[in-house]
Amino acid sequence: MHRFANPARFLRLSALLLPWCAGATVILTILGLWFSLFSSPPDYQQGETVRIMYIHVPAAWMSLFVYTNMAIAAACGLVWKHPLADLFAKAAAPIGAGFTFVCLVTGSLWGAPMWGTWWVWDARLTSVLILFFLYLGYMALVNAFDDPQRGMKAGNVLLLVGIVNVPIIKFSVDWWNTLHQPASVVRMGGPSIDPSMLTPLLVMAGAFTAYFLSVVLLRVRTEIAQRKIQTLRLAVAGGVAGDGTVHDGMRG
Amino acid sequence: MTRKKRRLYMLGLALLGLGSATALALTAFQDNIVFFYSPSQLQTQQVGDRNFRLGGLVEEGSVQKQPDGVTTAFRVTDTAHTVDVRYRGQLPDLFREGQGVVAEGRMTGGVFVAREVLAKHDENYMPPEVSEALKQAGVYKNPAESATKTAKKE
Amino acid sequence: MSEFLHMGGYAAYIWPAYGIATLVLLGLLVATWKGLRNAEATLKALESARPARRRTRNAGRKMADQSAGRPAEASEG
Repeated sequence: MHRFANPARFLRLSALLLPWCAGATVILTILGLWFSLFSSPPDYQQGETVRIMYIHVPAAWMSLFVYTNMAIAAACGLVWKHPLADLFAKAAAPIGAGFTFVCLVTGSLWGAPMWGTWWVWDARLTSVLILFFLYLGYMALVNAFDDPQRGMKAGNVLLLVGIVNVPIIKFSVDWWNTLHQPASVVRMGGPSIDPSMLTPLLVMAGAFTAYFLSVVLLRVRTEIAQRKIQTLRLAVAGGVAGDGTVHDGMRG
Repeated sequence: MTRKKRRLYMLGLALLGLGSATALALTAFQDNIVFFYSPSQLQTQQVGDRNFRLGGLVEEGSVQKQPDGVTTAFRVTDTAHTVDVRYRGQLPDLFREGQGVVAEGRMTGGVFVAREVLAKHDENYMPPEVSEALKQAGVYKNPAESATKTAKKE
Repeated sequence: MSEFLHMGGYAAYIWPAYGIATLVLLGLLVATWKGLRNAEATLKALESARPARRRTRNAGRKMADQSAGRPAEASEG
């Protein structure tokens, strides 16, 4: 019975959380843009292009953060058959893909003037591109089955297989010679970024996190509504056949 | 309950297997994942007459524009060994003495003739004033030194 | 102001980076919002077309399983 109660509880909780998340997104975005465009100095080597970092690095963090959360949800979905976990993974995927896309494009726009190239096939860039394809693959797979439960199951397996890519992305710059520089913020011995540049970076990261929470709450609500629509339609079409209990039987 | 536990164990085992398989594959492909060779690695690696990438620091005082105006000659170093490089064309904005660089090309008569030169920057970010102040205080960490540290580690 | 827009000569890289980030994130938000409104409208239409007779029974565990009570009703009726 607990799993029937959960979507209802989630809807109540999300209605409570959403205004706070949306408010935090707006405030942190304004603050972050002000810091990153006006109130921070140019870099001693890279000049003004360092401002691309305030978009690029938070987007990269989010791409890994969102994927990790989806993989955890996938594990919960597979082991405990928790329907909300499935819905969360499905709802989060487009947001994660969006962040990864932003990360790739801004990185390209940063690399062109500084490195002298839009793209190289080094370990960091390649592994992030694979992450982007994992997001797209998951989204395609989930929608490829007639039975949404089977699609979710296949998608969850893909998410868990793809999790090996996350530590590879994080440590690629330490394990191999890459064109990408090593980590600046999360590393032994503290950040190697001046506080005047760390502030806009962290505020933007906060803004992106709040954005993710707001949008994922909206998307999970959409998924729940769509699940109900489907159940209703099946019930209309098949009389008694299409309802929640039958789905549970099919998932086992 | 037991079914849930069994699924959990299966999942753990599958992830463990996947992780070790990936680790093994990555170790096996170690050489192919390396984006560039350092001058020291060139001493031991047989690269032969093929294209490869050379990475290191542009040696201080080694950059010379050639009389033809488009060719640049410089030395790439990892502080242990150096390689002479020649390159015809536009250099990236971040190319400067003491900074990291990755060049693609091949060895021709003891000189590395580059087709492409990419700049590699380090993980330090600070405003110009701070780098000035650090220099004056004598605690300035030259980007060359910190980059060398990463180069040596490899 | 024009100096700010100039971005030390890197305007052609910095502004597209911010522009694309804005475009992607706002686009996703708008798409999400529209999707939610559509889904909720469809759900409402479906529910009003097939009113649940015994709402009290479902009140406690309403949401995803509203229809779960229905087959029982159907078999009863």
